[in-house]
Amino acid sequence: MVDNPINIEVKDLNVWFKDIHALKGINLRIYKNEILSIIGPANSGKTSFLRTLNRLNDLTDGFRMTGKVIFDGKDIYSKDIDVNLLRIKIGMVFALPIPLPFSIFDNVAYGLQGRIKNNKEINQRVEKALKSAYLWEEVKDRLKESAYKLSGGQQQRLCIARTLALEPQVILFDEPCSGLDPISTAKIEEAMIRLKNDYTIILVTNNTKQAARVSDRTAFFLSGELIETDITNKIFTASMDKRTEDYITGRFG
Amino acid sequence: MKPHTKQRIAFSFLFLCTLLVILPVGLILIIIIKNGLPALSWQFLTDIPRAGMREGGIFPAIIGTFYLVLGAIIFALPIGVMCAIYLNEYTKENIFSRLIRLAIINLAGIPSVVYGLFGMALFVMFFKFGTSILSGALTLGIMILPVIITSTQEALRSVPKEFREVSFSLGISKWQTIKRVVLPCAFPGIITGAILGIGRAAGETAPLLFTVAAFYLPRLPRSIFDQVMAIPYHLYVISTQIPNIPEKIRYGTALVLVILVLGINLFAIILRIKLRRKQRW
Ligand SMILES: Nc1ncnc2c1ncn2[C@@H]1O[C@H](COP(=O)(O)OP(=O)(O)OP(=O)(O)O)[C@@H](O)[C@H]1O
Ligand SMILES: [Mg+2]
Repeated sequence: MVDNPINIEVKDLNVWFKDIHALKGINLRIYKNEILSIIGPANSGKTSFLRTLNRLNDLTDGFRMTGKVIFDGKDIYSKDIDVNLLRIKIGMVFALPIPLPFSIFDNVAYGLQGRIKNNKEINQRVEKALKSAYLWEEVKDRLKESAYKLSGGQQQRLCIARTLALEPQVILFDEPCSGLDPISTAKIEEAMIRLKNDYTIILVTNNTKQAARVSDRTAFFLSGELIETDITNKIFTASMDKRTEDYITGRFG
Repeated sequence: MKPHTKQRIAFSFLFLCTLLVILPVGLILIIIIKNGLPALSWQFLTDIPRAGMREGGIFPAIIGTFYLVLGAIIFALPIGVMCAIYLNEYTKENIFSRLIRLAIINLAGIPSVVYGLFGMALFVMFFKFGTSILSGALTLGIMILPVIITSTQEALRSVPKEFREVSFSLGISKWQTIKRVVLPCAFPGIITGAILGIGRAAGETAPLLFTVAAFYLPRLPRSIFDQVMAIPYHLYVISTQIPNIPEKIRYGTALVLVILVLGINLFAIILRIKLRRKQRW
């Protein structure tokens, strides 16, 4: 993985929410077509880190940051960045499935409408995205139904499809399986592993086994600090830092 | 005293208080319906007032109220909704936005006769609209602005913040997000607020006193610069200014007004329940 080109480079990142120092001096490289998982106890800054990468923190009251996030050769926090374009290139799937109050089809097409004029192309993209999220077979006959009629696991795959429809380069997953049963979880993990061929994936998970199953590299966050990053195998068998080992073996957190 | 007895006394007392609230409402309705019903007829609703308003109907007043309310809502709804969007979606909590909020709350508490005076000064005299439908509708519009702003804000606040974040995360701009997600979700609440505003505007007399209301004008208006009659003002006129008015004409007019306002409010409530039931998140 480390041989792949760098996709995102985070340099000396510090993040504050009012007076809470949520991320402290993070340096991290994310390579093309890898799955990087981020593990760590509650409040260690995992979500804050993801939301820094697609600039969703901009909306949060009291958000401040220093440091750089280089993507596509540019600092995403420099003035001439089109934030909306950035968010298309770096998509995000939230912890809980949040379908918009539209039909299944309109949920997936939502990000495309207005951007793509050709209806036929929208239809094709929606179908492709639903197939990539392994949802197409289950919904192809009921695309006009409300998205809320789907089960929780289906809703989360719908949310993944919604992000995929925009054909991003990077997808941020924030504990995408936290509310799901094992079978739905397995389906989403399967989807992620396939998606790796075309996308770079950053997966925040509170399930260390999941990190071990799907990711190429793993980063361990603790109290806003990045303790270590390494090939997933190494982290789980021979981590350098005692705290990482303690967390993985369940001795704290 | 046994706890059981105490409880019964407390219960009876609370029940009595509740009764005291319901009683006047019931009595008002009963008296108005009893005295007004005999006057109600097709002719009463569609005829012009005759014989010095002692006979005939109240058609011009009904039409006048209709125009005034329509004008008020056409003016107040877009402005109120835009204002609420600005306050709720575009400003962060700071001293300025708190000041605006405070102003809106105070605006809602201003006596309606003051609005009438203000409308006269601004629309009738300064803008030279004269005493006209336009002046009256604008005055009513300003009066119901707080209702519309507060109800729209409440409706916007009830839209989950997550919807906005999802939309932003898909690269959709703020304005597009508001247009495509937030407003459709807030629609039931906004519409209910608008209808409640209409109900309020339909029942007010004081704002019309100096801005539009005609004492007696048994023809229909030809333009927005015409005067009109209006039901609440007509009721005031026939109750206080004209001797020997048959009781049933007064109560008939009151009944029409009450049915109109209660009907509008009831419609708003039913609509809200219907629309709420349709949306799920
Ligand atoms: N919007 C916010 N306003 C204020 N503080 C925040 C905000 N978001 C996060 N924080 C703070 O930043 C720190 C990191 O939180 P974050 O949500 O990133 O942790 P996390 O690792 O994702 O935790 P979890 O596993 O519970 O999701 C916490 O101390 C939290 O209280
Ligand atoms: Mg989190």
